Amino acid sequence: MSLRRPAKNQPENFEFNPSSLEAAKSIVTKYPEGKQQSAVMALLYIAQKQNDNWIPLAAMKYIAKFLNMPYIKVYEVATFYSMYNLSPVGKYFVQVCTTTPCMIRGANKLVEACKEKISEDESVLSNDKSCSWMEVECLGACVNAPMMQINDDYYEDLDKEKTLKILDKILKGEKPTPGSYRGRINNEPENNRKTLMDLKNA
Amino acid sequence: MLKDQDRIFQNLYNDLGPDLTSSQKRGDWVNTKEITDKGRDWIINEIKDSQLRGRGGAGFPTGLKWSFAPKEVGSRPHYLVINGDESEPGTCKDRDILRFEPHKLIEGCLIASYAIQAHVCYIYIRGEYFVDGQKLQAAIDEAYEKKLLGKNAAGTGWNLDIYIHYGAGAYICGEETALLESIEGKKGQPRLKPPFPALIGLYGCPTIINNVETIAVVPTILRRGGKWFASLGREKNTGTKIFCISGNVNNPCNVEEEMNIPLKELIEVHAGGVIGGWDNLQAVIPGGSSMPLIPKDKCETLTMDFDSLMAEKSGLGTAGVVVINKDQDIIKCMARIARFYKHESCGQCTPCREGSGWMWRMLERMAKGEASKDEIDMLSDVTKQIEGHTICAFGEGSSWPVQGLLRHFKDEIKKRNKFDPIVKENKNIPYLVDQHLLDKNA
Repeated sequence: MSLRRPAKNQPENFEFNPSSLEAAKSIVTKYPEGKQQSAVMALLYIAQKQNDNWIPLAAMKYIAKFLNMPYIKVYEVATFYSMYNLSPVGKYFVQVCTTTPCMIRGANKLVEACKEKISEDESVLSNDKSCSWMEVECLGACVNAPMMQINDDYYEDLDKEKTLKILDKILKGEKPTPGSYRGRINNEPENNRKTLMDLKNA
Repeated sequence: MLKDQDRIFQNLYNDLGPDLTSSQKRGDWVNTKEITDKGRDWIINEIKDSQLRGRGGAGFPTGLKWSFAPKEVGSRPHYLVINGDESEPGTCKDRDILRFEPHKLIEGCLIASYAIQAHVCYIYIRGEYFVDGQKLQAAIDEAYEKKLLGKNAAGTGWNLDIYIHYGAGAYICGEETALLESIEGKKGQPRLKPPFPALIGLYGCPTIINNVETIAVVPTILRRGGKWFASLGREKNTGTKIFCISGNVNNPCNVEEEMNIPLKELIEVHAGGVIGGWDNLQAVIPGGSSMPLIPKDKCETLTMDFDSLMAEKSGLGTAGVVVINKDQDIIKCMARIARFYKHESCGQCTPCREGSGWMWRMLERMAKGEASKDEIDMLSDVTKQIEGHTICAFGEGSSWPVQGLLRHFKDEIKKRNKFDPIVKENKNIPYLVDQHLLDKNA
């Protein structure tokens, strides 16, 4: 289990803005009547997106009221799942996968790059407060290892140099192109494809 | 090697585009009505004939699972739930289906929903795959627009709605009952079985849960016939499977191959060989991190299917092949996997919650050579205490890789960890959990 604590400095209030409210209402309709609690995970995502990548306690209280469920149940969900950030992580949230398949292909170099560019310790904001990094468990792109995720996008087939370049870009406020950084197409065996060649050459 | 025309996922590398028009050219959504017109019993029997086994790891026969759904819909509606919470280290096959072959999955959902009489289908996708989930959502929207979903879906007379539910970074939600808890908006902690989800599942209603890959192959099986599928591979281990080959190989890749393919062929032909040559191979994890590793000497002749790997005291799992060469420290690799399980344990059952951390701490010490001799047996004992003493299979998943390490690399651990029990040496290691032993002989 991982230990997760809410941030010390919490805003007083939280409310969905009109576009979040609309999204939240449409999500509740996906579930049967009386089962609106199912929408809690999606609503926490909406709150996280609206509030610069993290969820304050006020948002949990707001969602509890919104879905007519006890606050503690929302708190339970928000603290159980690791993708809900309970304290500020910055506009760009870098997650480096370091589980075995990435580890044996050199994920520690990516961690080094993050330490150099963003902050010495994980989950600490960079000097300009724009981003933070964290080691995470398997992100499910093992054949593209080593890789990292920045907000929603995957950056694959990296090494230290490429990671430094990507981090430079985000620190400047630009968005680097997601995908493979060795120019390979998706998950195909690079320069060694033996299957479905007719389609590739067609 | 499997012939190209026998590959189900023609668009695995996105040569053709995932949109509806190109999917239809590949044969998706062609005559879906003809399939459903043959009736539920025919569909379920054909799947039984194909001997399709679930692709999510456990390998349960899919036709049999479907036949557990009640024959008549009572007061409670039936649900189909698709498990796309792919989080097993070494596995990344479902992601490619979600982003490149979404229509195979959606059509499979329609046919499966018809077979088990469900009008609502939830697709549970891990939160990290948000971008890939958006691509699936686009395909679903396209299907609604062309009347392939919704009322009278694809002209079959069956009504079906498909919704995507995103997870939020919990590996345990890949366990079917934890996944249901998660859809219900709770912590993802597995339920006791029985009752099985086929009778009491989502919202207490009959629910069938299948992996993404399992459902995505269903339309092709029904079109080409269960006999065709059963003719690939071998008895009870039939058909094709997407293998993910990662780790120390020259060309890590996903590839669809026949079941029972030799492991050496997968690595040498498709993945371009082990880095440093075949002789540099140390061990292979054959089916995602929770399956015990297999040392090099056995890799020579090993074939990849459920039963032959079971005979080697390992398993096919999700077919995520992680190749580890001699440049890597095998104990460290396993310690990292143990850390993964320590992080992902849901905390419900004590043996798993406490044991997974204990195993990790011991393995970390063993990797550094800080463990005492007797800890090797203690580690083995801890894995046995976890295995079989938990609500879900996470207990096995976390202890098997450690058992695999002890089975095949015990000498390596012994060589590195030579000193006598801590009790005698009185070593003060602050994070040692059994500090009380220090005082025993004092």
